[in-house]
Amino acid sequence: MSDVLLSIKNLSASVDNEMILKDINLNIRPGETHVLLGPNGAGKSTLGNVLMGNPVYKVESGSITFEGEEIVNESADKRANRGMFLSFQNPLEVPGLSLESFIRNAIRQKTGKAVRILKFKKELEEKMGLLNMDPSYADRDLNVGFSGGEKKKAEILQLLMLNPKFAILDETDSGLDVDAVKNVSKGIEEYQKSEDGALLIITHSTKILESLKVDYTHVLVKGQIVKTGDASLVKEINENGFEAYL
Amino acid sequence: MEIRKDTPIDIEKDKDGILLDDVNRELYDFKDEEKDEDFYKVDEGLTPDIIREISEEKNDPEWMREFRLKSLEIYNNIEVPDWGPPIDGLDMDRIVTYVRHKSDMKSDWNEVPEDIKNAFEKLGIPQAEREALAGVGAQYDSELVYHNVREDVKADGVIYTDMESALTGEYADMVKEHFMKLVPPTDHKFAALHGAVWSGGSFVYVPKGVKVDIPLQSYFRLNARGAGQFEHTLIIVDEEADLHFIEGCSAPKYNVANLHAGCVELYVARNAHLRYSTIENWSKNMYNLNTKRALVEEGGTIEWISGSFGSHESYLYPTSVLKGDDSHAEFTGVTFAGKGQNLDTGAKMIHIGRRTSSFIDTKSICKSGGISTYRSSVVIGKNAEGAKASVNCGSLMLDSISRSDTVPAIEMRTDKADVGHEAKIGRISDEAVFYLMSRGITEAEARAMIVSGFASPVSKELPLEYAAEMNNLIKLEMEGG
Repeated sequence: MSDVLLSIKNLSASVDNEMILKDINLNIRPGETHVLLGPNGAGKSTLGNVLMGNPVYKVESGSITFEGEEIVNESADKRANRGMFLSFQNPLEVPGLSLESFIRNAIRQKTGKAVRILKFKKELEEKMGLLNMDPSYADRDLNVGFSGGEKKKAEILQLLMLNPKFAILDETDSGLDVDAVKNVSKGIEEYQKSEDGALLIITHSTKILESLKVDYTHVLVKGQIVKTGDASLVKEINENGFEAYL
Repeated sequence: MEIRKDTPIDIEKDKDGILLDDVNRELYDFKDEEKDEDFYKVDEGLTPDIIREISEEKNDPEWMREFRLKSLEIYNNIEVPDWGPPIDGLDMDRIVTYVRHKSDMKSDWNEVPEDIKNAFEKLGIPQAEREALAGVGAQYDSELVYHNVREDVKADGVIYTDMESALTGEYADMVKEHFMKLVPPTDHKFAALHGAVWSGGSFVYVPKGVKVDIPLQSYFRLNARGAGQFEHTLIIVDEEADLHFIEGCSAPKYNVANLHAGCVELYVARNAHLRYSTIENWSKNMYNLNTKRALVEEGGTIEWISGSFGSHESYLYPTSVLKGDDSHAEFTGVTFAGKGQNLDTGAKMIHIGRRTSSFIDTKSICKSGGISTYRSSVVIGKNAEGAKASVNCGSLMLDSISRSDTVPAIEMRTDKADVGHEAKIGRISDEAVFYLMSRGITEAEARAMIVSGFASPVSKELPLEYAAEMNNLIKLEMEGG
């Protein structure tokens, strides 16, 4: 399967000597949307963080390849520059660094070229409009004093501006009101429409999935994928919960 | 009155201990080749004869010679301060107090001698002048070597000259009336030393109602080995007038301990406004014992913007005396202490007039075993009814071997005032570093961005080229090499 974008093989990972992920196997192809469901504490966020290379987690065994290349020992910035992205469950606040200059810096790092300011500003404004984000947020310190909804919109804004090949969305819908979920979903749809953007959506609710095309659904329980299905699995879990898989 | 104290922000464990190497300061630590015959020097050490020699060489008026000798007496009778960083590494008998290049002051850059010109060209002076400044003074060792003021600023009656010329110039009486009145030689040992051996510096007078809309700038450079720099800055902003003055300081690196004991006196008249910005970037063997003070009359405003980089040890607490009713002071400062540095910095606010207000916002950063102490004092006098003061100090420790202390003092002699205090000490958060890295930013860059962001209250108050220089200094301190 040469067209596999991200391949996870027999991946086990721990934090503070506690095994969280056990023998995970997963293949994601360009353009596919995978949903990862599971009860609290199942290890969903850990998987997102391990894929992105958070040094807090230790990979005990297994491999992660991206476009056929082993990345399991690479730092997060290298993975990002290959085209990976993680939308954080709790985006961090960075005082003194504006949202706009953060995104501009990231684009500069990725492309290795100076950013053309006018073109960049126009695009930023467009995407903020799509997400129904007040343009004044561009000049504000990154996530500082943002509401939960604005933080998540800012994550999706970064997704749209950086346009990675593969994005992990970690609980992007948690704690958002109906309108915010709608705006964020619109952003994700936009990403799906872009050239072959692949997604791994981590969630414990299913609200955000209503308007999105879903190809595969995985259920993670106690660090293991216990069930894989298509979009209908989302509906099933929505109705019956995780009881059957515990 | 209320005193608030917030709990420390997310203190996170640092996995590796030291994360960042030491700084490559080569950009600033270049030393110029000097030929001894080009320079005039007094013998090492300090005696009345040496003071007389300096005074004669400088053609002081009579009162100034007496002032110097009196200051020397005071100096000999005051003890070295014992409450701050240790300064026993400083041997006063070995510091050459007065070093001057044998050339007169120039106002055409092309006439400045090559070696001095090279030193300043490397530092970006006078490119800065060509770009955006109303006037530039450049001091090399003890004397001002270059001075230029824009014609339109001169035409408004603004005086910007070296201190020596000011002593005998048109404003001689004004200088005599104000010189070391705000910082008397009796203040502390190094103020006395300054009174005895001061040399160079700037005098600025902005007449009533004149608003200078572009900054005046002065740059000091200490180059001679083992030399002390004792420049005196006297700025008088008359009623309803407005000025932004910028001072940049730099010294190359030597093995002998160098001393900087400058003095800055700022007079802000009724309803006047003065912004005084400094980026101090001393070599890491400097003892920076600098005294800065402002006196603010009714309705006047003083704003201090201060960046303290480099030096081996620093004592620096710019003081604002809010004498007039409704006068206002703001201090915004950042201090970066790296390996082998012990920087004791902060600010003092003295509220005398009614409804006076002051605001202190400081950020200190330490790494590789550096010690950074924030020390401040807010005094609310008994007549300062309706006074408001706020102190906000934040510290960022970049590893577990560095140290950050906070010593804020508040003294209130009236209960009809409002004083707030907030202190935060934190570590650079690994999660925040990972967050930035997950967007493709390298670890080193991510850390520098977080530290620059932390220091941004200062950089965003600086003119663009200075903000860029400050961020560059932070990057240098962070990157190592």
